[in-house]
Amino acid sequence: MANVHIDNVRKSFGQTAILHGVSVDIADGEFVVLVGPSGCGKSTLLRMIAGLENITAGEISIGGRVVNNVPPKDRDIAMVFQNYALYPHMTVRDNMAFSMKLAKAPAEVIEAEVSRAARILGLGALLDRYPRQLSGGQRQRVAMGRAIVRNPQVFLFDEPLSNLDAKLRVQVRAEIKELHQRLRTTTIYVTHDQIEAMTMADRIVVMQGGHVEQIGAPLELYDRPANIFVAGFIGSPAMNLLPGRLHNGAFHADPDTGAVPEGAAPAGGDGVLWPLPPGGRPAEGQKVTYGFRPEHLRLVSDGIPATIQLIEPTGSETQVVAQAGGRVISGAFRERIAAKVGETIHVLPDPSLAHLFDGGSGQRISA
Amino acid sequence: MSVSTERHVTWRRPEVAPSLLARLFDSKPFLIAICLLPAVGLLLVFLTYPLGLGIWLAFTDTHVGRGGYFVGFENFESLWYDRVFWGAVFYTVFYTGVATVLKFGLGLWLALLLNENLPFKSLLRAIILLPWIVPTVLSAIAFWWMYDAQFSIISYVLVDVLGWRETYIDFLGTPWHARWSLIAANVWRGIPFVAISLLAGLQTISPSLYEAALLDGASSWQRFTRITAPLLMPILAVVLTFSVLFTFTDFQLVYAITRGGPINSTHLMATLAFQRGIPGGQLGEGAAIAVSMIPFLILATMFSYFALARRKWQQGGDDE
Repeated sequence: MANVHIDNVRKSFGQTAILHGVSVDIADGEFVVLVGPSGCGKSTLLRMIAGLENITAGEISIGGRVVNNVPPKDRDIAMVFQNYALYPHMTVRDNMAFSMKLAKAPAEVIEAEVSRAARILGLGALLDRYPRQLSGGQRQRVAMGRAIVRNPQVFLFDEPLSNLDAKLRVQVRAEIKELHQRLRTTTIYVTHDQIEAMTMADRIVVMQGGHVEQIGAPLELYDRPANIFVAGFIGSPAMNLLPGRLHNGAFHADPDTGAVPEGAAPAGGDGVLWPLPPGGRPAEGQKVTYGFRPEHLRLVSDGIPATIQLIEPTGSETQVVAQAGGRVISGAFRERIAAKVGETIHVLPDPSLAHLFDGGSGQRISA
Repeated sequence: MSVSTERHVTWRRPEVAPSLLARLFDSKPFLIAICLLPAVGLLLVFLTYPLGLGIWLAFTDTHVGRGGYFVGFENFESLWYDRVFWGAVFYTVFYTGVATVLKFGLGLWLALLLNENLPFKSLLRAIILLPWIVPTVLSAIAFWWMYDAQFSIISYVLVDVLGWRETYIDFLGTPWHARWSLIAANVWRGIPFVAISLLAGLQTISPSLYEAALLDGASSWQRFTRITAPLLMPILAVVLTFSVLFTFTDFQLVYAITRGGPINSTHLMATLAFQRGIPGGQLGEGAAIAVSMIPFLILATMFSYFALARRKWQQGGDDE
């Protein structure tokens, strides 16, 4: 097991820069998820750690050893690929034993390691099958088995669940997390699915456009997103983000984002006041983005009137899309909503759980 | 009571009895029959009939201009004691064997090269295909010229440019020189087919398998022997069978360059069959030589049949 140190790593393909200086410190035994929209460079970063892509600038070290020029097989890592990359002409047993056979390990050691991995993953009955004869979930587990057999210092996962159906994804997700708790091997896991990131990670690295947007524990990212991107990316359904201005100690959603006339009514044209979160107040009239999560919207009798456009009951909660103060907002309510589409409910976001971001930079205004 | 200006009109699609033709084309057996007819007709006229006639002729003493009589195995008996025929059998097998080994060795090497990230990749691939696109007779004439006893460019380079030899090589004048020269020409012509087919096979192998093998610690030679070779085997078997069949039945190159000479040393079974049957007029004997190729061809087809049988790892569910 080892820590992984990524220091100001850059990557460009020809003239195109993919990563613009990424630094992440991963502690020994930690489960870190790299998450971001497609094209954000998360897979490239993972492949650079694996040694499948070379490093344009910066430094990657594993267990205190700089690996920039170390070939992949000597980095003491194991990787699970998105398409599993199982050798189709080898049985499950041979797939798992391949690396040890290449290293000319004694037959009894290979046998012992393969059966250990098979026991951990419950693959015992499948050892003599070929990959084609396995289901998607079984293939996924064989790919993990191939990684476990090598006893690596670091596990790398490249979107390992994206080829599985929704139900299996939840199951394998739990298996991977449980496996990590058992083996305690440093794990770096790439996904574009923020729910996977939230449920599995010790820490999440949110990336966008080759930059790290925020690094933090899942709930830290959820509670205190550092900027608008993270706020919108983490959480489902996504956070409501309303651009506007501050006026008289309240937030005023400002559809045309034009100037608020001096001394105008606090809520301007739409007459809606959004309560501000406690803490430091930005200057009067400053352009800000006001954010609140759908699940932090409350039904309050003297709240903001909202006309329902869409109701989606999921059983455990009811998701509502409504028009409030000229803005479309979404809410998720634990209680059942009796109102119908077109009717008006009164809602108010919990001010202590609302967020304010700078209108220009998109950075969080500390609250 | 409100008055509606719209009047509700009911209209139903009238039931029309389908015509005889429509019913006929709706009948599956009729459709199957009519769709199969052209293919079956073509096969009967252009495949079954000539093959049947060839086999029939092999058992007759037909000459050009004279209908023959059934003579049983007489043609084959005389071939059994015919040293020229056995020479042709030997050279056909030798030609096929050596040319196939060379074509596959060089073709696989080229395919592996072209599968790498080379500059001008598509241009290179197009150039590689050229020998295969040029009509055989045209390239045969070019080779004939290159192999000429007096004007050969190869001799010129070896003797006059490099000074490695004292005398010009008589490529087509002595039996073994001629045999190897023809094999070289056939290999030149056959490589593109092998290279492009194997390249197609190589491209079906997922790059992530190589990456996984790289992480598993496989050297480039091990990646070739443990990943590329086994995964290429199914398509290799197909290409090998086709290549063997094409080479075994080759005619054009040999007939255009040497016509079987010198002293019948470069006759293939196909050229000998033509020589005896058409210019020689002995249609029955020519047909018998051609029919003698059938066992060899069946052998090659059997090989492909068993090699093509899906391997165990190819069975079961689909990929991904």
